[in-house]
Amino acid sequence: MLDESTVSRVEMDWSGPERLTMNMGPQHPSAHGVFRAIVTLEGETVVAVDAVIGYLHRCHEKLSETLTYAQYPSIASKTDYVAAMTSEFAYVLAAEEIGKIEVPKRAQYLRVICAELQRIASHLLWLGTWCMDMGGALGGGATIFLYCIRERELILDLFEALVGARLLYGFFQVGGTRYDIPDGWAQKCRETIDLIDSRVDEYQQMLEHNAFFLARAKGVGIVSRELAEDVGIAGPLLRGSGVNFDLRRNAPYSSYEDFDFRVPVETDGDCYARYRVRMAEFRQAIAIVRQALDKLPAGPISSRPALKSVAQIRIPKGEAYTRVEGPRGEVGTYMISDGSAKPYRMKWRGASFSNLAILPHIIPGHKVADVVAIMGSVDPVFGEVDR
Amino acid sequence: MTAEETRAALASRFGVDVASAPVMSVTVPPDRWEELGRFAKETLGCRFFSFLTAVDWKEQGLEVVAKVDNLDDNVSLVLKTRLGPGVTACSSLTPVYRGANWMERECFDMFGIRFENHPDLRRILLEDTWEGYPLLKSYAVDTPHPPYR
Repeated sequence: MLDESTVSRVEMDWSGPERLTMNMGPQHPSAHGVFRAIVTLEGETVVAVDAVIGYLHRCHEKLSETLTYAQYPSIASKTDYVAAMTSEFAYVLAAEEIGKIEVPKRAQYLRVICAELQRIASHLLWLGTWCMDMGGALGGGATIFLYCIRERELILDLFEALVGARLLYGFFQVGGTRYDIPDGWAQKCRETIDLIDSRVDEYQQMLEHNAFFLARAKGVGIVSRELAEDVGIAGPLLRGSGVNFDLRRNAPYSSYEDFDFRVPVETDGDCYARYRVRMAEFRQAIAIVRQALDKLPAGPISSRPALKSVAQIRIPKGEAYTRVEGPRGEVGTYMISDGSAKPYRMKWRGASFSNLAILPHIIPGHKVADVVAIMGSVDPVFGEVDR
Repeated sequence: MTAEETRAALASRFGVDVASAPVMSVTVPPDRWEELGRFAKETLGCRFFSFLTAVDWKEQGLEVVAKVDNLDDNVSLVLKTRLGPGVTACSSLTPVYRGANWMERECFDMFGIRFENHPDLRRILLEDTWEGYPLLKSYAVDTPHPPYR
């Protein structure tokens, strides 16, 4: 017989001043890496969040001071490993700007093709993992994740045929690209993006008619335009908050001015707006790849002479800040050269670092379950947050 | 505000040369750092906070560098201040730009710069017990770090 007086009851709903501090992570499945959020709760509602990062820190900025301009590009890909092409791109652009190094037109187009394919692959991974985070609401959870991974594999196959690697490429070098596309690659690439173009329709059908998905994404994690600019979030997050800014159009690099594309903008600033922006970016990336393949000029792929030593490339004194529009926004390198074969100082502006800094501003006031949805909509890659 | 107007406004307010290549950049003394930030945001319309970092110029001391953008008119502006030899204190931009919060924590973490008026200045990437500031030129890459190395 149970003695009623000894039973202690715990109220599941918050009904008093008591607060609970809860640790999410560092090994939380929704973190997509290693990220710890110390959340303070009143019942189910988050009132404060302290983001703890740095678990993947390798001090790329110090490392870059010890590696030459020939060595570092393939290491740069290890910052944002989900979009390795973009990281390499930002680094070589800075060296080329200080050194006033010409990049052949064909190499510029090849860079654009790879950067846009990378954007598609990165957005596929984001969509799959984000939907999986939001769990059973989306047809058993893993369905759309597996669909997205299936399509992403096709792009990784293309990269493998091009550079021999599937994740970290080393495709860029100061002065051009390391490889030219092999025979039949362009045709294969066209078939792949045509297929993905049709599959994106399928994802949209699945998601945008799903009441659970809409309920979890709409009106959740709203970022105002003012907050977005003040914190410095970039890419789809910034455009989801109504700022019509895309570096590919506003500050073109690598011949982006040659291509016709639209910059999708949404004004609601919630998770759904960010989702809409990225879904539209799939189409634009596909359109850019098609145009680049159509117009791909003949000619050399690099202006760099063959190297006898890794320290052969020397860049005159100077400084530059170059930035590219990565899948997660502005990826930039602020480089200072002292005339030697290595940079004197290099700062990575990782898009994910700035994007993640928005979390303490927008999470308070939401339920715990929304933390996962909001974090996924930010699309952080912790290799780039921690560098 | 266009790039030309931005340049003219900066030159008249701070009485300094505004470099134009490769990006527009302006250097002010440390005591006018926060004023420069406020002026850039409120008067020049550079509301987008891109990044903040520092450069160790060895015996000449540390330089703090920040970049802000005016996204409406597509103007980029690099803000700089030289702290001077041995100086590690700098006023904080966090009261002006919320994005400076994490960037200044990283800068403190890597260079040991103490940002005055920062609401929460603690290490961000390295653990709290870490000794030294890795991005200083005096910090060797192979500095021992027991028990790992």
